Amino acid sequence: MGIEFRGVTKKYPDGTVAVDDLNLTIEDGTITVFVGPSGCGKTTSLRMINRMVEPTSGTILLDGADVRDSDAALLRRGIGYVIQHAGLFPHRTVLSNVATVPLLSGWDKRKARERAAELLETVGLPAELGKRYPAQLSGGQQQRVGVARALAADSPVLLMDEPFSAVDPVVREGLQDELLRLQSQLGKTIVFVTHDIDEAVRLGDKVAVLRVGGRLAQYGTPADVLRHPVDDFVAGFVGKDRGYRGLSFLSAGDVLVEDVPTVRVGGAPGESADWRLAVNDEGEPRGWLPPSSTVDGELSESDLVAGGSLYQQGTPIRGALDAALSSPASLGVVVDADGKAIGVVTARQVLDVIENHPQGVTR
Amino acid sequence: MSFLDELGQYLGSANNREQIVDTLAEHCYLALLPLVLGIVLAIAIGWLGRAWPRARGVILVLANLVYTIPSLALFVVIPSLIGTKMLDSINVVVALTLYTAALLVRPVLDALDAVPPAVIASATAMGYRPARRFLTVELPLAVPVLAAGVRVASVSNISLVSVGALIGVGGLGVLFTDGFQREYFSPIVVGIVLTLLLALVVDLLLVLLRRLLTPWDRTPAPVKTEVAA
Ligand SMILES: Nc1ncnc2c1ncn2[C@@H]1O[C@H](COP(=O)(O)OP(=O)(O)OP(=O)(O)O)[C@@H](O)[C@H]1O
Ligand SMILES: [Mg+2]
Repeated sequence: MGIEFRGVTKKYPDGTVAVDDLNLTIEDGTITVFVGPSGCGKTTSLRMINRMVEPTSGTILLDGADVRDSDAALLRRGIGYVIQHAGLFPHRTVLSNVATVPLLSGWDKRKARERAAELLETVGLPAELGKRYPAQLSGGQQQRVGVARALAADSPVLLMDEPFSAVDPVVREGLQDELLRLQSQLGKTIVFVTHDIDEAVRLGDKVAVLRVGGRLAQYGTPADVLRHPVDDFVAGFVGKDRGYRGLSFLSAGDVLVEDVPTVRVGGAPGESADWRLAVNDEGEPRGWLPPSSTVDGELSESDLVAGGSLYQQGTPIRGALDAALSSPASLGVVVDADGKAIGVVTARQVLDVIENHPQGVTR
Repeated sequence: MSFLDELGQYLGSANNREQIVDTLAEHCYLALLPLVLGIVLAIAIGWLGRAWPRARGVILVLANLVYTIPSLALFVVIPSLIGTKMLDSINVVVALTLYTAALLVRPVLDALDAVPPAVIASATAMGYRPARRFLTVELPLAVPVLAAGVRVASVSNISLVSVGALIGVGGLGVLFTDGFQREYFSPIVVGIVLTLLLALVVDLLLVLLRRLLTPWDRTPAPVKTEVAA
């Protein structure tokens, strides 16, 4: 279901113009991210889609139909919504929270609860959590419940207002990955609001940068916005390290993965003048054995130098550069999807690929 | 004759015992029915105050005014306002309903204000219509704050019922007027003790009811940190 903003303006009664003549087409089955500084009208824009805020002028079309032609409550039951800080109902168990929309839509209790239990699994929460109250969950778990509750409508459209802003960066990254995984299965039309450009670039198929006063500054693919900011405002907003961020969009398919001598943890390493990669029985990297180190008997993990970050084959090249630069051996460890080490790359090789890329960094 | 002998004699009479049980039952009815009606009325007024913020100031001033009217005056005035007979127990019920509502309007508004806006917004976003949202989301979440006010109102009602004895409808208060007229201590003491006991028991029941209504409010503090979601 596509969404179209046609000349949409919102002026609050106190005179604040929150959104100014917004024209934007959100394509079916994509993630579109509204990003911009605080107060630029992101939440207002989002809430006009499900009529929690009514525009002062202009039209919003959902799948070609003016949203104002639908009953507001019914329209909302058909649109998933994730609110900042999850906004869970504190007085209902996790399961009832997730079952909210099915129950409102008149499903019978048993069916609604079954659906809710299914969704807990979908968002990666153990079934036992269903009996708890929201206050008994961690921040990250609450966000997941918020997402499960929004999915319960099984609507083709999902609106998400800074859903991950209240959790720490590590948890946030996990939730973002999860969202991308879900989206690859569900293919919904997602409108996602954030003020974090990194999150926007990571999640968005398209990014809409808004400036204060509710004006659309730029709308395009993340690579586009990073590489060709239309003006100083967008350039300043995407930041100085946008070149490095742009690496997120360059595939590392051309980087040559080289073999590296390995030793097995628990085996007898012998001696060598080179850095050697220690792997466990499953072939997963455990660390590095420095050149000419002597080990008595079996190699144990305490003999090793901790490794740098790992680069999973097929993911953006930014990770390969990270891996090479953070490795004690200056060799970035490349792993396959199962986490098995398959070789190494050097920073030089990665930079060669970047420099020789026909258009520099693009998607 | 010692006081205990007098008390024994008083309680020994089947007539007296019957009067005690009757007045106690009447006291419960006269205190608790207005409590329930007053809560409902206060919630309705609170809903108005939320829906129509400009009316709030007026509502709170009126509530204060009503609560300052002396109870005896109200008991006497009500029959002429609603056309009931002077000795009708309805008068006491109406008067105490007004007091309860007046006392609870502010706690109701405070309790509704304390419901997190994000929760209300998310209920709206899920597709609740306003009336259902109020009854099934906002009101249950208001219970913890509201409960404190209800306990105060219940004690206030139980003590005010006795004043009704002066117009002939007063539950255990009738024992006081009787005792005074006959210069007889025992009914007064029994009346006081039973009033206190009733207040205690009702308070205890209200505490239990609140616990029953808010199982979610007994949870430990939220987990603040975590390694992974
Ligand atoms: N109900 C309201 N009444 C008056 N002004 C409002 C109202 N809601 C929002 N505004 C104003 O409209 C502008 C846009 O607000 P909005 O909440 O859409 O911004 P936002 O981009 O979501 O900001 P944030 O990142 O801080 O959430 C702000 O200046 C805000 O103060
Ligand atoms: Mg916002």
